[in-house]
Amino acid sequence: MVLVFAESPRGQFKKSAFEAVTYGKKLADALGVSCVALTLGPLHDAGLLGEYGASRVLNNNNTAFEHFDSQVYAKAIADAATQLGAKVVILSHTSTGKALAGRLAVRLKAGLISGANQLPQIESGSLLVEKSVFSGKALAQYKLNGAVNIISLMGNAVKPEMTGSKLEPETIQLTVTPGKIKIKELKTQEGTVPLPEAEIVVSAGRGMKDPANWGIVEELAATLGATTACSRPVADSHWRPHHEHVGQTGIAIRPNLYIAIGISGAIQHLAGVNNSKVIVVINKDPEAPFFKAADYGVVGDLFEVVPKLNEAIKKYKAAN
Amino acid sequence: MKLLVCISQTPDTTAKISFNADSTEFNSAGVQFIMNPYDEWYALVRACELKESLGGQVTVLHIGPAANETTIRKALAIGADDAVRIDADPKSAAFVAFQIAEYARKENFDIIFLGKETIDYNGSEVGAMLAEFLDMPYVSYASKLDVQGNIATLDREIEGGIESLEVELPCVVSAAKGMAEQRIPNMRGIMTARTKPLQELPAAPFEALEQLNRFTLPPAKAGVKLIDPENMDELVRLLHEEAKVL
Ligand SMILES: Cc1cc2nc3c(=O)[nH]c(=O)nc-3n(C[C@H](O)[C@H](O)[C@H](O)COP(=O)(O)OP(=O)(O)OC[C@H]3O[C@@H](n4cnc5c(N)ncnc54)[C@H](O)[C@@H]3O)c2cc1C
Ligand SMILES: Nc1ncnc2c1ncn2[C@@H]1O[C@H](COP(=O)(O)O)[C@@H](O)[C@H]1O
Repeated sequence: MVLVFAESPRGQFKKSAFEAVTYGKKLADALGVSCVALTLGPLHDAGLLGEYGASRVLNNNNTAFEHFDSQVYAKAIADAATQLGAKVVILSHTSTGKALAGRLAVRLKAGLISGANQLPQIESGSLLVEKSVFSGKALAQYKLNGAVNIISLMGNAVKPEMTGSKLEPETIQLTVTPGKIKIKELKTQEGTVPLPEAEIVVSAGRGMKDPANWGIVEELAATLGATTACSRPVADSHWRPHHEHVGQTGIAIRPNLYIAIGISGAIQHLAGVNNSKVIVVINKDPEAPFFKAADYGVVGDLFEVVPKLNEAIKKYKAAN
Repeated sequence: MKLLVCISQTPDTTAKISFNADSTEFNSAGVQFIMNPYDEWYALVRACELKESLGGQVTVLHIGPAANETTIRKALAIGADDAVRIDADPKSAAFVAFQIAEYARKENFDIIFLGKETIDYNGSEVGAMLAEFLDMPYVSYASKLDVQGNIATLDREIEGGIESLEVELPCVVSAAKGMAEQRIPNMRGIMTARTKPLQELPAAPFEALEQLNRFTLPPAKAGVKLIDPENMDELVRLLHEEAKVL
């Protein structure tokens, strides 16, 4: 059986949960077993996971799960995996998944590959899992040799697919131990899709010259429904907030479309964005290294090109 | 405070990535190695700051061969008091976490620091594994850390926000940008590092459950398609029809 832990921060699923269930269902089909989804904490609509292919949806709504504590969660998920005899456990490679995966691997004495970017190959019953390493500069394939194995799935690696139908969630009894972490406050950026989940990212660098010039970037992002990002020097000089910093020392992202404006494309920047599906680079210097990593390039002055691109997209959106 | 900082060594960010003939091993010929940036800039520096303000001791721990001692000496030059090297090839995250746990169990550290991830295998696995081996709370991707008595106050990066929390010590913490500012070792630090104690310990046996099959390089990009800056309609058309991202 494949057990998928579907995260529901503050009672809501995010796209990563649907991706994880879709992935779990496909893997379960390939192995000829069933796919069961597990949710922890009070939830709006757990049965929704049936639509993404889970054949059962299990929930334990103990209030201990209202806030994330990896120690508390890992015990509960490991308990569920043991009760159900899961052979594979799927997690999302999110802040939650990263804090859980290692704990679960130790608890379940399981093999672990974190950050898988596609479905495993199955070779005489063993799972061969590929992930990106060296900050996107190479891929590594591992064979999982555990009696139980855990895979955490990179965001945007699979598309959520609705192949099933809504289910009635079942309650599962689980070990719950009090945790040692107390959450004091949660500061969220309202209104925008967080960078790690964004499908389109519009990012700008030092070529913008001044923080007062960011209006054109924000307008383009708004037209596209994109999230904004920036290069490190831009965040370091407080032109933009730190959470926008992408790259090796910032956040690594893999959107479907990454538009880089006035960013030179230093290797440390590329390390965080080179897993994007499509990269568009706008830079006035034809020698900028970013063009080597780009799918589409525009050599020109960003102050002219970006407003024009914005108009063109508006025109396209109005027509479609 | 008794603080432990786990440091790893990774190829320099600009290193050319290549592999041996059968693609099972990283080719380290001509590659410059550095201390993993998260371990050095954030975890180690914050541990040193805490020691300087609250008193105590900072120990650095590295699992790796003797050739990596330059990295350990650098950590001592930045401000750690002593170092331990467990002599082994750090093959897998579970192996590394197991070694750290075996050592830390005997020492009663208040906080065990790691980096949020290594920049070579990008696993982000060791911290959580270690916390489970020791059955301790774990705060990952911490961008701020303060200590009062036996309570640590931390900020943790989550999707689209920051979570502020309190945790009872002892705990395991993985450090992200923001926790401290990079420190360049000064001459005095470099001189004293030479005489600070560096203990070598043997590794405990541990069987990993993941086996590397092969490395591959990602398929090369087809090459950039240049678009006339006067013709943004064309770019939009390509993004829609060819790339299918609009
Ligand atoms: C260990 C380490 C880690 C690092 N981590 C990161 C990281 O995580 N993320 C990161 O981004 N960087 C990181 N860096 C820094 C990185 O090396 C580069 O210095 C940085 O990415 C450069 O930022 P930039 O492209 O915005 O600025 P610049 O390199 O100054 O590039 C500006 C670009 O804008 C173009 N431009 C200027 N004016 C215009 C115009 N009017 N129209 C169009 N184009 C214009 C220029 O041609 C140029 O290419 C790291 C560095 C080190 C050493
Ligand atoms: N060989 C090692 N020796 C000591 N600590 C390590 C070693 N490898 C990894 N670590 C620690 O574990 C953290 C996370 O590594 P990883 O899980 O591999 O991304 C690193 O930032 C280090 O703090």
